[in-house]
Amino acid sequence: MSKKIYERPVLRKVVEGIPNKFGSLKRLRPIETIDNVAIDAIIEKYGSPVFIISEKTIRETYKTAYRAFSTRYPKVQFAWSYKTNYLDAVCRIFHQEGAWAEVVSGFEYEKALDNNIPGNKIIFNGPDKSREDLVSAISNNSLIHIDHFDELYMIIKLVEELKERPQVAIRVNMDTGIIPQWDRFGFNYENGEAWNAINRILSNGKIDLIGLHIHIGTYIIMSKAYATAIEKLAALATKTFYRFQKTINYIDLGGGFASQNTLQGAYMPATDTTPSFDDYAHTITTAMTSVNFPNNEMPALILETGRALIDEAGWLAGTVLANKRLADGRRAMVIDAGVNLMFTAFWYDYEIFPVHETSFQSEPTTIYGPLCMNIDVIRKNIDFPMLNKGDHFVIKRVGAYTMTQWMQFITYRPNVVLIDLKGEVHLIRKQEDKEVFRRQELTPKYLL
Amino acid sequence: MSKLNSLAISDSGFIFKPSTGESFTTNEMGLFIIQLLKENKSGEEIINAIMEDFEVDNVTAGRDLYEYLDFLKREQMMD
Repeated sequence: MSKKIYERPVLRKVVEGIPNKFGSLKRLRPIETIDNVAIDAIIEKYGSPVFIISEKTIRETYKTAYRAFSTRYPKVQFAWSYKTNYLDAVCRIFHQEGAWAEVVSGFEYEKALDNNIPGNKIIFNGPDKSREDLVSAISNNSLIHIDHFDELYMIIKLVEELKERPQVAIRVNMDTGIIPQWDRFGFNYENGEAWNAINRILSNGKIDLIGLHIHIGTYIIMSKAYATAIEKLAALATKTFYRFQKTINYIDLGGGFASQNTLQGAYMPATDTTPSFDDYAHTITTAMTSVNFPNNEMPALILETGRALIDEAGWLAGTVLANKRLADGRRAMVIDAGVNLMFTAFWYDYEIFPVHETSFQSEPTTIYGPLCMNIDVIRKNIDFPMLNKGDHFVIKRVGAYTMTQWMQFITYRPNVVLIDLKGEVHLIRKQEDKEVFRRQELTPKYLL
Repeated sequence: MSKLNSLAISDSGFIFKPSTGESFTTNEMGLFIIQLLKENKSGEEIINAIMEDFEVDNVTAGRDLYEYLDFLKREQMMD
């Protein structure tokens, strides 16, 4: 006779009180595959932990976003935000779908060029553009979004040297009702600095001001803020037209669309509160068509959406290292992926799933990463099934900012794989090893 | 009467502790262990019994048993 399936013994105290308004927790269903590829097989071949990116999800998400805007507004252009995820394979998928590149450093600019993006389809944002970066951007006809007066003066100087006409926009910050107000990027609207910058550019006569750019914040769940921004940018465009007879070609609304990851402390899950692309598109395009742009010429609408386009496509699969009890008896689980790979775990309550059904019982659990650091917490408190050492887990929606903000701290960064549309798995970034670091380090002779 | 014998335990795993009025739930494996504890079986005997009836190795059964015994002690349900 075969033996019965073993399940770890559990003892739970029945706590009286007001029931949670959301009712009891639904059992956490395991996730065994991503795009029909077994997670176990990926871990077996590429090690643990491993980032897994779904090409299918990237393309579907992009198409949904583009459709939402392009069916409501005639001139829409997305520019892929490199800082959100600048793995070449990821960037190239977005470029294939039609996205331009949006970069914020010389490094990202070089990456965009290497990805065969024509200079005039690269938007150069950010407060840090070196002289060399600007020379390169001007020569390539890239769209330079000026962040501060020192940058503007540098460009004015370069115009004389290079004898070329830079294509620029100014970055504008303003009060859109978002708290905290992001005022570190660009020139302020309310205090007249933005208008002052436009005057300096157009009085120079050798620089083409072709756009206005704004970056109102990140994880914006109040889409109306974009409408406020559009009203103010339209006023600026109108003022520019009447003063200089200069038409603004495009309005760039930056990024900031929220993904469906829930922020820590949020009352409701983000899946219930995050606006859809259609919600954002409705608010933004309604504002674009209802405000008065000079001569009734509709400027192009550029969007630098990053997080909302890639978060859903990224997964992190790994292995349970240990289970233990904390001083107060709470359960703790140690996994092999920590805040070194998931910097974003500091503000998100990530959804974590077992890869296989191991137990019908769950218990309030703190999930720690593998680092020898007290702050290495992936989930502070989650009702989680009782996985054993060696069991696999998978974390959902980790496509944004993880693979760019990750740290080489204590341990190496892992492999990143891409599942293509046919279900084939490709290694797109190799895991690090000691040689990677040895190559970068130099030891003075006397210490050898 | 031992602390364990003073508990009211249902077949479905509901446990009532009359001395404090507290209630607990446990699973099939927990009931199995409590039953053997009531029969004054030792740790080793319980592990062997678990391995006989369930698909589990010695180390896992031992680890989980001693953790469970800690729970019972912490809740003052056994000496």
